[in-house]
Amino acid sequence: MIVPGAGGAAGAGSSPTIAVEGLRKSFGANEVLKGIDLEVAGREVVCVIGPSGSGKSTLLRCLNRLEEPTAGRVVVDGVEVTAAGVDLDKVRTSMGMVFQSFNLFPHKTALGNITLALTTVLRMDKGAAAERGRALLARVGLAGREDDFPSRLSGGQQQRVAIARALAMEPSVMLFDEVTSALDPELVGEVLAVMRDLAAGGMTMLVVTHEMGFAREVADRVVFMDAGVIVEQGPPADVLGQPREARTRAFLSKVL
Amino acid sequence: MNRLREEFFNFGVIARLFPALVTEAMKNTVVFTLLGFSGGMMLGLVLALGRISRSRWLRWPAAFVVDTFRGLPALLVIVFIGFGLPIAFPWLHYPFPKYTPGCVALAIVAGAYIAETVRAGIEGVPRGQMEAARSLGMKYRTAMRRVVLPQAFRLVIPPLTNELALLFKDTSLLAVLGTEAGGKEILKYVRDAVNHSGNTSPLVAGGLAYLVITVPLLRVVAYLEARTRASR
Repeated sequence: MIVPGAGGAAGAGSSPTIAVEGLRKSFGANEVLKGIDLEVAGREVVCVIGPSGSGKSTLLRCLNRLEEPTAGRVVVDGVEVTAAGVDLDKVRTSMGMVFQSFNLFPHKTALGNITLALTTVLRMDKGAAAERGRALLARVGLAGREDDFPSRLSGGQQQRVAIARALAMEPSVMLFDEVTSALDPELVGEVLAVMRDLAAGGMTMLVVTHEMGFAREVADRVVFMDAGVIVEQGPPADVLGQPREARTRAFLSKVL
Repeated sequence: MNRLREEFFNFGVIARLFPALVTEAMKNTVVFTLLGFSGGMMLGLVLALGRISRSRWLRWPAAFVVDTFRGLPALLVIVFIGFGLPIAFPWLHYPFPKYTPGCVALAIVAGAYIAETVRAGIEGVPRGQMEAARSLGMKYRTAMRRVVLPQAFRLVIPPLTNELALLFKDTSLLAVLGTEAGGKEILKYVRDAVNHSGNTSPLVAGGLAYLVITVPLLRVVAYLEARTRASR
């Protein structure tokens, strides 16, 4: 089991693992994030829900600066990600990211997908990297599939390799960007099961999802976003069960 | 009919072309092609990476070089490098004068075209590949070298092989330079043979010498293209 926050910041007990302050992001004239404030504590699982176009994915992508925020601050594990001159590559290793479209490297085997960053970024030797890779594949239920190329794996299997690949860097936070949206319905369960295990193991997770069942069951907190702002947040029973805001109710009535 | 055979398929004249047609002319054509292509690949890769750079100070010069050498006739570039530069700079002596000017000129021309092919290949790799690599903490150059370029090259193997076939034919333009002893490529060699013999048959033999290489190469291109299509 990978210990979350192994490389965590000093004083991690008091400060949140993720702190977002006044985050704004515009694409041209279109403001997608209109001032987001959000904190995620260590070992907390936060699910972000909301209609498409509400800015959920952009929020996630601003955290590791795959998108450049227009304004605001992001602090992860005590490091200000948005600071000028920050070692972005180093910060990114502490944030595992899993994408809707898997983005496995098609020219690498399942094991090769995991070991590439271990050998090139962490400078592990090949043997140790392969050992860690095998252990992680076993953990996501793919022992024996080490040498298969992504094209030989189902969508659910590919996404589990992608999760293993992100976990291999031993991040203190995992970011999930609608990771089951591209999957056939019968393959969603196996991916959610891996995420559930991860949450039970104490991983800090920020999960953008349309899976309301998963949010209700696994999340410590649910955040509802609409039109670039956080409309309401709280325990899943409250936000999903008795939403205070009309916009939340309108959204939930459509998806539930 | 006899006249036709006499002028175009005169075996006596053709026989005298050997073995130099193979050991010198074809060999030189292959050497020019391979050296020109290797240089073109290196130049093309650098130019392609410049063209997609986020810095305009790399993007603009790269675009300028690519457009210039795609816009100029290859023959002009060859004459410029082979004759123009040594006249302008009398101190300029090419090392290995038999091959250097021709290879450099071909590499520049090929590089400009290869740059556009490679750039298209890089842009054909889904953006998520770079994002996934960067999100794992890889530097831009590591991600480019280990993730994007291997996939890009796989995409452009058919068009690159096509460039190779085109370059093989373009070596004939070096006939304007090929005055160094032993440095003649196929066209220069057979043209000289036509002048000596007063018979056209060497041109036919030279044509066949090109086809022996280019036709198989073009078949390979067709095969690679079919395979790429099938794997989609």
